[in-house]
Parts: sequence; C-alpha cells; structure tokens
Amino acid sequence: MKRLAYPFRESEVRALNAGDAVLVSGMVFTGRDRFHKHFADGGRLPVDFRDGALFHCGPVVVREGGGWRVVAAGPTTSVRENPYEPAFIRASGVRLVIGKGGMDSATLEACGECGCAYLQAVGGAAALTAACVRRVRGVHFLEEWGAAEACWEFEMEDFPCVVGLDAHGASLFAAVAEASARALARLR
Amino acid sequence: MQIEDKIADLIRKTTSSLPPDAMRALKDAARREAKGSSARMVLDTLVRNAALAARNGTPMCQDTGTLTFFVDERLRHAVTPSVVGRAVAKATERGWLRRNTIDPVSGRSIDTNVCAGAPVVHYAAAKGARPSVTLLMKGGGSENMSRQYSLPDASLGAGRDLEGVRRCLLDAVHKAQGYGCAPGILGVCIGGDRACGYEEAKMQLLRRLDDRNRCAELARLEERVFKEANALGIGPMGLGGRTTLLGVKIGSRPRVPASFFVTVAYLCWAARRRTVRIDMEDCR
Repeated sequence: MKRLAYPFRESEVRALNAGDAVLVSGMVFTGRDRFHKHFADGGRLPVDFRDGALFHCGPVVVREGGGWRVVAAGPTTSVRENPYEPAFIRASGVRLVIGKGGMDSATLEACGECGCAYLQAVGGAAALTAACVRRVRGVHFLEEWGAAEACWEFEMEDFPCVVGLDAHGASLFAAVAEASARALARLR
Repeated sequence: MQIEDKIADLIRKTTSSLPPDAMRALKDAARREAKGSSARMVLDTLVRNAALAARNGTPMCQDTGTLTFFVDERLRHAVTPSVVGRAVAKATERGWLRRNTIDPVSGRSIDTNVCAGAPVVHYAAAKGARPSVTLLMKGGGSENMSRQYSLPDASLGAGRDLEGVRRCLLDAVHKAQGYGCAPGILGVCIGGDRACGYEEAKMQLLRRLDDRNRCAELARLEERVFKEANALGIGPMGLGGRTTLLGVKIGSRPRVPASFFVTVAYLCWAARRRTVRIDMEDCR
C-alpha cells in the first residue's frame, strides 16, 4: 500500500500505476457539479489546487461548536465532470482527482500531460470515509451552492483509494468496459 | 412515541442499517471473489462500512437520495405529508440526511429537504392486519443509471417478447458499468406507460433479494439475467469481478397495443428500504 501525503509531488504521482492501492493523507478539497461548471464559466478557484487533491464528493455535515463535523462522505460519479476535467487539470496544477466510476480518455490524456492521477474511492462507503476526515478546515460557496455542492477543505488521514487512471495512459475502467462489451456480444 | 418521531426513527434506521438480506448478499458476494482482488477489497469495505454505519446510526452512504414513502391508506389522517415533512426536516437537522434538495430553477439548496414534491409520499392500498409505512431511499448516482426502452429496438435486436426484455436488461447493466455503484439491483417493469413503468420498476426494489417471483416465467427471466449480468465481469464499482448484480426483480403493468416499454430502475448496493408498523391506537 503506497502512502501519499499533501503536497503531492509530481514524481510520486507519475510513479503510480493503475490498480495500485494507496492511502491519501493531508488536505483534500471537494468539488463536484456546481464547482466544475463555475470553473468552466470562468469563476475564481476558492483554494490553491497546485499539488493538491480534488475530491468529487458531497458530504453530510453537521454544525458542532464553531465548526463542522463530517457525518458521512464518499465519492460521487465522476463521468459527469468529463467535459470540464481536462481543462481543470491543465489550469489548476492538481495532482490527484478522487471520485468513482472512472473518467474518459480526454481526462486520461490530461493526466499524462500534467502528472496527475485519478483515484477511485469505494462508492458509498460513507461511514468509513467520514472516519478518515480528521478536521474540516473551511468551506466555500456554502450559501450559494448548499452543503452537498460546496467546496470543503478536509484534512484527511489514510483515505483508501485505488489508482483508476494513471499518468502513463492506463485506465482500469477502459479495460473492464472493453472486456464486458465482448462478453455482452457473446450473450446476444 | 409520536408519529412524527416514529417516522424520523424510520429514516434513521433506513439510512444507517442495510436490510439483513442485502447485508447477507454482500457478504456472500465477497466470499465468491478472489482473495486480494479489487472486487474482494471493495465488497469487504462495503460490509465493514455498513456495519460501522449501523453501529453509529449514521448514513451508510452520503447520498441519502430521494425519499419515497409508501403509506398504508388507513394511516392517511395520521401520517400526513406535513407529518412526514417534519420528520424529514428533523432527520436532516440531525445529520441523518444530507441537505440534498435543490430547486432546479433557482439552483438554491432547500436545506430542510422539505418542499412541494419532496419528500415523495404515496398512499397505498391497505395490506395486512397492522398498517405500515415503508421508506425507500435511492441515491442519484444509481438513479442516473435507470433507463427506459421502447420495443422493438433494432440496435439491440430486441423484439416485443421476453427475449427482447432480456436484451434490454443486459444492455442496461452494461451501460451502467460501475457508475451506479455496482453491485446493483435491477427493478424492472415490463409494459405500462412511461410514468407507471418507472413507478412499478421502483416498487420492485422493495422486494427482498431472496424472494421468488410468483410468476414462473418472470422468475426464470430474473434468474437468467442475474447469471448472465454477473458473467459480464464489470464487478464491484466497475473494477472487474464476478459480482455485478445482487438481484433482478421484474414486474409488469398492462400496456396499450402501440407501446411496449421496458423500464429499468437501477439501485446501488445500498438497498435502503425499511418498513415500520404503526398501530391505529398510536394515531389518536
């Protein structure tokens, strides 16, 4: 199991291979549908993503004391961000994109070009993922977008993921999609 | 306990505890996958996650989804939409539900999860001696993978018969890949109009995974599609493996001669369905 800690270095991200199991620690920023549209419309980025991680996630949070506690968190389906992600990767300097279900060949290309990797978290494993969030450092666009779409700053520890798309053109998902298409053709 | 608190308690249990048959299906599936494989890792994680959520009474999945309540009509005057709404608002405040309701026109979050149209409350025909309320929670990732076919469909070679239905179902599983949080469960309706097709398909998701369809033909189709879909190799979360589906549940509704719809409601592994009995005395 490889350990990755923020700030994520280009060399260690480029050394990852699709299928590797990793544990992610340090700052992770959430951003999903509204966030990507905001970016594509030319909106400002609320945090510096350079050498950082973007997590496709809409958490369940409750206010506690002066801050926030994460009750449940987990990845949302990443394919919806396919139209935006290559440009985001190129512009932001992000090193890790974390979600579920994989992303398309244009994103895979941007990963190779910029030294970024896509990590698959276990979909819906929200109680376990919430336990990996040590602290909520801040939140952006909460009023405008609501808690599920806001951009949260999580400090995480040992968040388990699998490398889905690596920086040298390999995608776990493309391989499964092709093999299952062949299996389907045999069943017809 | 007041009715409102009973409904809030139903929400908490539904969001945090998998039904025993669904938990058993995940554990059985994990045992069938090779040790050290991604599929085994994912399924083991899902089992551990479900156990932790049940212990903590917190959501097993952060997408607490669309809430659909099926209320026995004898409870119509006690379990009103406003009582259900208050229970939903309370459950949201306590972190049992995500702030998950968006006005599609303004784009604003409706932070209570309560407005006209949410939650969904259906009043259903009386069943059994003690009336009950059933809740289904279905996340958006899986809902996005639901689809409707109109037969004949030349691209699938699907005609207006059960063989055509089989082809639609395998196509739906293949198109869903891991996007809907496989291993999934198919709720299916053959026939109906477009609207009631989705309604019946969703109702099929209330069946226990280990039940048997009372219609012999549909029972055979369920078994065949289950076996064939799991041979596609899509696997948990689309990472490959033997477990792509945990169940296939097929119902039907009458159709008109011109239409032959096949509607698939795709549910993720988090089969959040639960029923609570409510005695009439509690309603006074």
